[in-house]
Amino acid sequence: MKRRFFRWEWLLLILIIGISIVNGRLSTHFWSYTGLMDALAVFLEKGFMVLTMVLVLVIGDIDISVASITALSSVLMAMAYRGGLPMALAVPLALAVGVGCGYFNGTLIAKIPGLSAIIVTLAGSSLYRGIAYILLGDQAVGGFPSWYSYLAWGYIKGTHIPFIIVAFLVCALFYGLLLHRTTFGRRLYAIGNNLVAARFSGVPVARIKQIVFTLNGLMAGVAAVFLTSKLGSSRPNIALGYELEVIAITVLGGVSPSGGKGGIVGACLALLLMRLLRYGMGLKNIPGQVMMVLIGIILIGVVMVPQLVSTRKGKPLVRES
Amino acid sequence: MDRDPCPRVLYGADVENGILELRGISKFFPGVRALNRVDFDLYPGEVHCLVGENGAGKSTLIKIITGVYQPDEGEILYQGQKVVFANPMVASRYQIAAVYQQPASFPHLTVTENIFLGHPLIHPKSKRLLWPAMWERARELLRSLGSDLSPTAVVGTLSVAQQQMVEIAKALSIHARILIMDEPTAALTRRETEDLYAIVRKLRAQGTAIIFISHRFEDIYEIADRVTVLRDGKSVGTWKIVEIGEQDLIRAMVGREITQLFPKAQVTPGKELLRVEKLSRIGFFRDISFSLRAGEIVGLSGLVGSGRTEVAQAIFGIAPADEGKIFVEGKEVTIKSPLDAIRNGIGYLPEDRLHQGLFFPMSISDNITIAILDDIAPSGWLQPEREHEVASRMLELLKIKAPTIFHPVSSLSGGNQQKVVVAKLLAARLRILIMDEPTQGVDVGAKAAIHQIMSDLAKEGLGILMISSEMPEILGMSDRILVMHEGRISGEFSRGEATQEKLLEAAVNVERSRKREVNISG
Amino acid sequence: MVSRSSSPTVVLRLRGFRELGIIIFIVLISLVIGARNPRFLTWGNLHDMLLDTAILSILAVGMMLVLVTGGIDLSAESGLALTGMVAGMVIKAHPHLSPLFMLFLGLGLGSLLGALTGVIVAWGRVLPIIATLSMMYVYRGITFIISGGKWINAYEMPDSFKEMATGRLLGFSNLITIALLVYLVFYYFIYHTRTGREIYAVGSNLEAARIIGIDTTFITWLVYTLSGALYGLSGVMWVARYASAQNDTATGFVMTIVAACVLGGVSITGGVGSLFGVLLGSVTIGIINNALPMVRISPFWKMALQGIIILVAVMVNILITQSVERAQRRRRNEEI
Repeated sequence: MKRRFFRWEWLLLILIIGISIVNGRLSTHFWSYTGLMDALAVFLEKGFMVLTMVLVLVIGDIDISVASITALSSVLMAMAYRGGLPMALAVPLALAVGVGCGYFNGTLIAKIPGLSAIIVTLAGSSLYRGIAYILLGDQAVGGFPSWYSYLAWGYIKGTHIPFIIVAFLVCALFYGLLLHRTTFGRRLYAIGNNLVAARFSGVPVARIKQIVFTLNGLMAGVAAVFLTSKLGSSRPNIALGYELEVIAITVLGGVSPSGGKGGIVGACLALLLMRLLRYGMGLKNIPGQVMMVLIGIILIGVVMVPQLVSTRKGKPLVRES
Repeated sequence: MDRDPCPRVLYGADVENGILELRGISKFFPGVRALNRVDFDLYPGEVHCLVGENGAGKSTLIKIITGVYQPDEGEILYQGQKVVFANPMVASRYQIAAVYQQPASFPHLTVTENIFLGHPLIHPKSKRLLWPAMWERARELLRSLGSDLSPTAVVGTLSVAQQQMVEIAKALSIHARILIMDEPTAALTRRETEDLYAIVRKLRAQGTAIIFISHRFEDIYEIADRVTVLRDGKSVGTWKIVEIGEQDLIRAMVGREITQLFPKAQVTPGKELLRVEKLSRIGFFRDISFSLRAGEIVGLSGLVGSGRTEVAQAIFGIAPADEGKIFVEGKEVTIKSPLDAIRNGIGYLPEDRLHQGLFFPMSISDNITIAILDDIAPSGWLQPEREHEVASRMLELLKIKAPTIFHPVSSLSGGNQQKVVVAKLLAARLRILIMDEPTQGVDVGAKAAIHQIMSDLAKEGLGILMISSEMPEILGMSDRILVMHEGRISGEFSRGEATQEKLLEAAVNVERSRKREVNISG
Repeated sequence: MVSRSSSPTVVLRLRGFRELGIIIFIVLISLVIGARNPRFLTWGNLHDMLLDTAILSILAVGMMLVLVTGGIDLSAESGLALTGMVAGMVIKAHPHLSPLFMLFLGLGLGSLLGALTGVIVAWGRVLPIIATLSMMYVYRGITFIISGGKWINAYEMPDSFKEMATGRLLGFSNLITIALLVYLVFYYFIYHTRTGREIYAVGSNLEAARIIGIDTTFITWLVYTLSGALYGLSGVMWVARYASAQNDTATGFVMTIVAACVLGGVSITGGVGSLFGVLLGSVTIGIINNALPMVRISPFWKMALQGIIILVAVMVNILITQSVERAQRRRRNEEI
């Protein structure tokens, strides 16, 4: 098991190198330092969401409400600012909204037996974006202070390193350590591999699920802060469809949607891979809709192919009759 | 023990024309020989009881007859012709049907649908379902069983007895010539059991061949014509029921003398570790009270379905009791989850160890330490060295055969996987252990090792509550034995006074059934 | 044997209570809204409401079958958009085509899309949520690609096509007639054919279904294909009704469909769901959506309300199941 998992990450690395070479051929700018950095930075708000989606999938659940949480966080932040709240306080408010939504998801899923993550987050995705629409209609709110755009567009003083990349790396390090170096992380894998055995082993399953969904809400809030900074304005339909891409990247990174497998490193590599793919397609002027189709196909392929291979090669999953 | 005075139905079996014969059937599972050259025959118009302890091979034999498993050796003859039951559908084409203790075909569908889904009545041309005909037929079938269940009732809402009735009706609907009943009375009340006997007698009179599995001697002596005893995967023998008395039957089931395999050392019990008072869970068990002292092993005996596991799981917080109190070392505690139990020093070794105890893709070390992470790593940061130390110690202690502690549990053999679950429990260093069938499915060597460890733990001052269906294990290991019957404690014996016979009697609870009969009639 | 027939009646009462509950809710909410805005209860408005509900109720049938097997089909909304777009492009290029032909075109194309999703779920063994989430974006993307991002507008469609929605039969719009036909066909299929019942068997107990010889893989594939056929049909009806085919047609509509289903008592864990319930659920959603502007609630509430409806409906379903189980346990207790 472990060995195959490592091979998966090598595969991602090889693909990254391959696509980089192709991208380099397509654009001379690609291999320049600033070119690379900009290429990476553009995409990273999704990366924040990927980090906690890894945790959600590892425990064998799913969260399709993340994009809607991002929209609600962003809208509330923008409206609070418009209503006179200083931006320095509006940003934490966005995070708090994310935490609140995530906590709401997590509490329902953990505390009410029979309520699955699928249905709760499906309803949540309608509810949270719906609230954003109720609050803002189809307007947009913008005109944020200039320092706020630094978050998405600025560089670390004296360097050419975008701030967002540093922020992302700090978060990735945090979640990497949390997942792979703490007892909390170990328990996530236990839940994902065998929920019943985990409960029998004294793992507080309900509380952990609650925490994981809350963290996922928090990172949706973080993504909202950076995305709004990048766009310069907020409206209820921002981040539309992000959930697919975030889940696709996570699964591509080797995290199985049935739980218990994969890690942060793979997800980060997959994030990089997806970004390079998008970059290359951008160079070839391939429209975003085609990209959507491709992402969908990649997601299905990544899940389906190993499964088909393993059922053909080895014994069938269930032996009967 | 005197028997029912009413005249027995004459043995009307068609002995000339046997319907089913198994010859030299063997079945192997990884590491276990579940069946060893078993012979079995069956005549139309007889009730043939199949008895034996848990793990004797009864269910495996049934699964071979119903086509769920294929035998590794031997052959099956149906009316003298060699046949292969490649899958359950083939078996049902040969008009073989089975009714299980907990029937659960399609809980959301109606009685009629459950009876006819595999072979509905269909209009020959338009292919539409002939509902009125099926309802009528279902009603007829149920009525012939003396039941006035509505054909359109949803099965999931019926009682166990009613669900069994539906399953029997389903068997009748394919004109079953062989009907297998797997512990059908285990979940029934006295009254329902009587009704079931009546049905079985009626079917027998109509020429159906019935295989009846039961632990209850009441059942066996009430309706069996012949009885076959299985033990450790082998057939001990087949007798006409009139030719074998209860004591002989018990001896045939138990078979072996109690060996020195079970080395529980004598320990003077210390202070009280666990006490439960009037523990009840609606629908599962009632008024359970007992105590467990340091150094003691208390055996919890009784038939499968008598509520033993439910009591254990209530104490461990998996499905908490509705009423009653639990005291740990004299202090009352509330246990609402396994975490609460572990914090109070209570550990649980589940019966279904593979599904309730293991994380297959994770390493042996990870599996062993999952329940004690807080002790090993109080800061929350994993401490790999300390984990590996604990895991290695356990590997050695239990003689688990594994290349390294970093290998996934899925790479181990079945017996070694079982040992990993035991290791996980022992690593936790708890004061009170509840072990549900601790040696089920492990080989003799591992069994002895586990018994030795249990004995050592008791000597160290732990208290162990052991659930076991194996008589010799219960008798050999326990200082005290509690026997459960239908959700209540029906007997308590000290090590000195307990015998296999006494335990079996308490488990089938002849006395209490009689009393209840009186109560009902009076 | 004396059957203790108390239990089935308890459940029947609860189930009946559920549907009766929705009916009472529908009547109450209609009266309240009617009181605030008398226009609500006029024949014209009720007809309009049914017209809107027609398409939803058809989609809900397909979704119900998928939910009954324990799956979910998120791709319904974009499958609808894709067939709608293709229908719009075809009718624009060949205005002489008969509406009936267009409906069958929708059915056929939708079945193909659904069959593809079904193959991925049934044979590819991809979790339904992952497979249909992916296909939701794949079909939406293809819609954009084939249309080149352009709309098909009302003036590009022949009147004969638009009459599918505006035309009337016995006072009812054709769309309502089509929906009734769909319900008749599926009533027969679900309750009077072997395959129909096998869908419920698969959702109720997969393993037992396999043992009695049901081809569970085929059944799984079939429900996605049927869902496809129905969203294909709905796609054509949608384009005719709103007289335009857009790239973002029905975005987010899958929530409305799921809401109608769970409101109608369909269980998300499989095995339970009735056509009547789904019809009631669809009508309720139709009324709420129609009533919001009537009582001056901004249409922006629609989305959030749907989320709440799904959550509440699912929780009510769970409560009903739990109370049935508790009653059963208590009955068993008398027997110990």
